[in-house]
Amino acid sequence: MTRLAYYPGCTLKTKAKNFEDSTLATAEKLGIELVEPERWNCCGTVHSLSTDDVMHHLAPVRNLLRMEELRDAGKVDSRQVVTLCAMCYNTLKRSNTVFNTDSDRRKKIRDNMYKEEKEYSGNVEVVHYLETLREMGWDKVKEAVVKPLTGLKVAPYYGCLLLRPRGTGIDDTDNPTIMEDLLEALGAEAVGFAYSQKCCGSYNTVHMKDVVADLAYKILNHAAEEGAEMLITACPLCEYNLGPMQSEVEKKHPVFDSIPVVYFTQLMALAFGLGEEATAFTGNTPDPRPLLREKGLLEE
Amino acid sequence: MSYPRSNLILRMDPENKRFKDRVTELSGENVDLCFQCGACSSGCPMTQEMDLLPSKIIRMVQLGLEEALESNTIWVCTTCFNCEVRCPRGIDIANVMEALRQLVLRKKYNRVSLDELSPEELRDLPQIALVSNQRKLTA
Amino acid sequence: MENNAEYVTIYVMGKKHEVPGDLTIMKAMEYAGHQFTRGAGCRGGFCGACATIYRKKGSYKLEGALACQKIVEDGMYIAQIPFSPAEKTTYELDELRPDANTMLEYYPELSRCLACNTCTKACPQDIMVMDYVQASLRGDIEQAAKLSFDCISCGLCAVRCPAEIVPYNVGQLARRLYAKYIDGPSQHVLDRVEEVEEGKYDEEITRLMKASKEELSELYNNREIDLK
Repeated sequence: MTRLAYYPGCTLKTKAKNFEDSTLATAEKLGIELVEPERWNCCGTVHSLSTDDVMHHLAPVRNLLRMEELRDAGKVDSRQVVTLCAMCYNTLKRSNTVFNTDSDRRKKIRDNMYKEEKEYSGNVEVVHYLETLREMGWDKVKEAVVKPLTGLKVAPYYGCLLLRPRGTGIDDTDNPTIMEDLLEALGAEAVGFAYSQKCCGSYNTVHMKDVVADLAYKILNHAAEEGAEMLITACPLCEYNLGPMQSEVEKKHPVFDSIPVVYFTQLMALAFGLGEEATAFTGNTPDPRPLLREKGLLEE
Repeated sequence: MSYPRSNLILRMDPENKRFKDRVTELSGENVDLCFQCGACSSGCPMTQEMDLLPSKIIRMVQLGLEEALESNTIWVCTTCFNCEVRCPRGIDIANVMEALRQLVLRKKYNRVSLDELSPEELRDLPQIALVSNQRKLTA
Repeated sequence: MENNAEYVTIYVMGKKHEVPGDLTIMKAMEYAGHQFTRGAGCRGGFCGACATIYRKKGSYKLEGALACQKIVEDGMYIAQIPFSPAEKTTYELDELRPDANTMLEYYPELSRCLACNTCTKACPQDIMVMDYVQASLRGDIEQAAKLSFDCISCGLCAVRCPAEIVPYNVGQLARRLYAKYIDGPSQHVLDRVEEVEEGKYDEEITRLMKASKEELSELYNNREIDLK
């Protein structure tokens, strides 16, 4: 088993527990042990863009230090930290870059963290689980599949922070293929659509629900028009805005194509035949199980 | 990738220049590179809610017009970076939006308030939504 | 009683005083003539009334302490925070669920935590405050309860927090949720309550209530004292 440092993020321990559960199960099947440090904190979700800001980088850097501590303690085998949530990925990666390239802010961050037992060296690589899978090779993923998702038409929804800004993304922003490659390995049919990278409305969901409802409506409708039966995502906020927020969409647009939204690891768990606890579909709104049963991919 | 230099020379009042310099410093972006092509605005998912388009905001910063801070544009932005990848001159418009927000927020202004949220909403929202909302829109 | 300790210089609210160097801040301030009408309580490090901040000569670091516990040092610049403003939200413990969104419902400002660790640095009880606030944010009520156990609500963390969180109130809710819903009641307490309800102690208590002062004195003076 390869042991990799793993950063869950707050939401994955609560509202998005299905994301974590499905990931840990699939990782085990693929021979990866995801090691979570005992101490970690909220990464801050968003990268602070002001050139003078130090405070908002403390949270991500502190987490990177925890990952380094795991490596020093011999609990993991590489300098990578695997993330699942696209926002955590983006924030940790960008703060890591600031730390490593801006010597003035690096010094300030270190000075502020004097209570820590050691200083962060900057030597951690932030990756997303999709990158880990790609690095491992899609044929390895395909080998682990016991029940190919034949006939399931899935639209990959990338969202924003997995691919942008330039230099931070896990794939080419113009023509990403990483999610399509995964779907192919799982035996599903990837459905491309124009809005796969359109922002879901993000944090405006707190106080501008109707705007998010409009965006979700467009995204879901476009996907459905192209023939998609389901959406996959890698971000708990996208999942919330496109899934549970469908009740808000219905208020404004009573007639729309409601399709289920799941985390990509849940489909992996399904294809790997790992059972109910791993697929964790009870956590999804709307419920994807009726569709999956119809397709013969899920036993009663 | 190396970016083209701008030959734009603008003369403006000291106040306007101060504002423009501050935005440039805080964002790390050279807005003088913008030639108003509008690619950022066309890719932006939130333009329906904005009173001024992103490209217009950049124009206002170019001219040192502090009225840019009064728009709702900077608050509706979701920092999705669609503008950044589209800009042919390599400007990160999202950085400029953040700088404009910061100039207002640092004067102890909160765009949203936790008081406005009902207990039901607080029970329903995932942490990721609440944390990012507070980070971007409050002091 | 003669005090043979060396004298040190301290500054209380800016005014200079020479005080014996083996006194606590509280005793030293009283030695210097201050009379505590607020900011003093149990004098035993348990009530959290005497929250104090100070700097040492030549150091930029701002330290937090309890005046009744911390011994003075030469060059200490002292100020007291006898009360930190904080609203404690009201809740019906019986109606709550022990999860992250309960914490967020009553303390939504938890979402503003920057993990800057200022609270931990301010704490006079060496509690990992940032860690229990973070645990609360992600719904780990047990961790939050256990880490905040030593908290005496002195308020130093709340005064310093840049995100305007009141950590001690958060910790209190976490501990209450943990005790009621996660840890559950102790078996020995339940057993004893059952014994009481069955009337096991009725006779003894009735006898004591009827006893005269002399009998009670007798019983008290000859009681078993466990000196282990």
